[in-house]
Amino acid sequence: MSVDATTVRRIAHLARIAVSEDEVPHLQGELNAMLAFVEQLSEVNVEGVEPMTSVTPMQMKKRQDVVNDGEVADDIVANAPATEGHFFLVPKVVE
Amino acid sequence: MTDLTSLTLAEARKGLAAKTFTSLELTDAHLSAIEAARVLNAFVMETPDRARDMAKAVDEKIARGEGGPLAGIPLGIKDLFATKGVRTTACSKILGNFVPTYESTITSQLWRDGAVMLGKLNNDEFAMGSANETSCFGPVGNPWRRDGSNTTLVPGGSSGGSASAVAALLCMGATATDTGGSIRQPAAFTATVGIKPTYGRCSRWGIVAFASSLDQAGPIARSVRDSAMLLRSMAGHDPKDTTSVDIAVPDYEAAIGKSVKGIKIGIPKEYRLDGMPAEIEKLWSEGAAWLKAAGAELVEVSLPHTKYALPAYYIVAPAEASSNLARYDGVRYGLREQGKNIIELYENTRAEGFGAEVRRRVMIGTYVLSAGYYDAYYLRAQKVRTLIKKDFEDCFAKGVNAILTPATPSAAFGIGEKGGADPVEMYLNDIFTVTVNMAGLPGIAVPAGKDAQGLPLGLQLIGRPFDEETLFSLGEVIEQAAGRFTPARWW
Repeated sequence: MSVDATTVRRIAHLARIAVSEDEVPHLQGELNAMLAFVEQLSEVNVEGVEPMTSVTPMQMKKRQDVVNDGEVADDIVANAPATEGHFFLVPKVVE
Repeated sequence: MTDLTSLTLAEARKGLAAKTFTSLELTDAHLSAIEAARVLNAFVMETPDRARDMAKAVDEKIARGEGGPLAGIPLGIKDLFATKGVRTTACSKILGNFVPTYESTITSQLWRDGAVMLGKLNNDEFAMGSANETSCFGPVGNPWRRDGSNTTLVPGGSSGGSASAVAALLCMGATATDTGGSIRQPAAFTATVGIKPTYGRCSRWGIVAFASSLDQAGPIARSVRDSAMLLRSMAGHDPKDTTSVDIAVPDYEAAIGKSVKGIKIGIPKEYRLDGMPAEIEKLWSEGAAWLKAAGAELVEVSLPHTKYALPAYYIVAPAEASSNLARYDGVRYGLREQGKNIIELYENTRAEGFGAEVRRRVMIGTYVLSAGYYDAYYLRAQKVRTLIKKDFEDCFAKGVNAILTPATPSAAFGIGEKGGADPVEMYLNDIFTVTVNMAGLPGIAVPAGKDAQGLPLGLQLIGRPFDEETLFSLGEVIEQAAGRFTPARWW
């Protein structure tokens, strides 16, 4: 499989990465090189094989459903590019 | 005092305990070495004041007889580990001037045991790379050069700063992470020892995530013994990481010097690649001969799905990365580029903040997870991953204790020499290491010799899950036979 220019633009948008028109051909070439490389997986017989979900055979650990952290709003907004009080500022989302 | 930098961690521990020198003296010697080696670009942030404060505090503890297992030992920390109050960037512009308000579990354990932080080490952006060339702080120089040449070579990646700093004697050991070979490949390129432990052995909490089902932290050190000492402090159960395993951490150092008599070593025939340099082939046979001479038993084994590990990795790792890196949106931390609405803000921030390699991987990951392609790519890759793991399980079921392979398909290369036209050329560096991440196994790279141009080469030992001890015992045999290698100082 390979991707065309339209698909490159669609993936970029899905990934939320702005891509200029003159970057598209280059990106398309690189993505297709990677897709050509992984193409060899199609020759592996995977019939009846379970997809891996956990590399170590272990039970998912569970925690008590209790509050054990918090009250650190200052810390949480400490690195934000734009804040007001304990809120993150973003461009208007709802008209 | 500069000669203090040439000690191993184990030797320094003795000197500190005997009060031959203080941690402050040892720390100052390394801080001077770092200052004189800035051309290597191994450190992206030096923290001399903090280092001296930590050293003074630990000297008082040592005087009171309260020093921990790493008391007074100065270390470098890969910039992927969150360090409270010290800028942590993953060497990406998108994290900008991010200063964590918390400490990663691994580094907090190192400080608990008395280690001293010298600063933060360079790495490939978000640990995506095999040459440390994708860092937003620029490439790292390898302290090793070809005989008679003054071309600067790459130290490997992604833990290139860690490997370079340890090899150039700028720190006594370093933290590193390994998603597809990022500890073992740079260790091999710099004649240092690097171990990626079993998945789940070390907590991932507070480490910037790349591909969560493959990421695992470990040390890069000057000797096998040093790496065992560091891993003991780094490993252990952490309730904050659900994949961290709750089993006791053994005294890894006790495995050093233990007899390897009767240990069964597998030599996988699939790792003998067409066009493999004769030097690598020779090194591999030599390593096998050393282990045999020490009493180990050699058997040829087959890992039939080896060739599919790298392509499967280049689906699984980017897929997980595209999901993990979704958090960099210009809202909660790091860089923000303006846009006329929220979507444009995201798109502009991520276009500006991510480097070319990261953008490429996020996009390929997005593609293989997108509607209509998930089954053909991601699901198939996860099935292939099951088969890769089964290859190893079959091998271990036949009584094999460890597997010996070359660590890399070549020695270090020049900056800008690889991957310019085709990204896959760079990816092939990890061909011998990536299988281990796919199967969640422990792997150690140990320096074993030099190529005709005088560059170091390493061997890799792969172990059974949670049997790092056997790797340390076998690694020590190789180190004793091959000796240790130090680069001639040119910086």
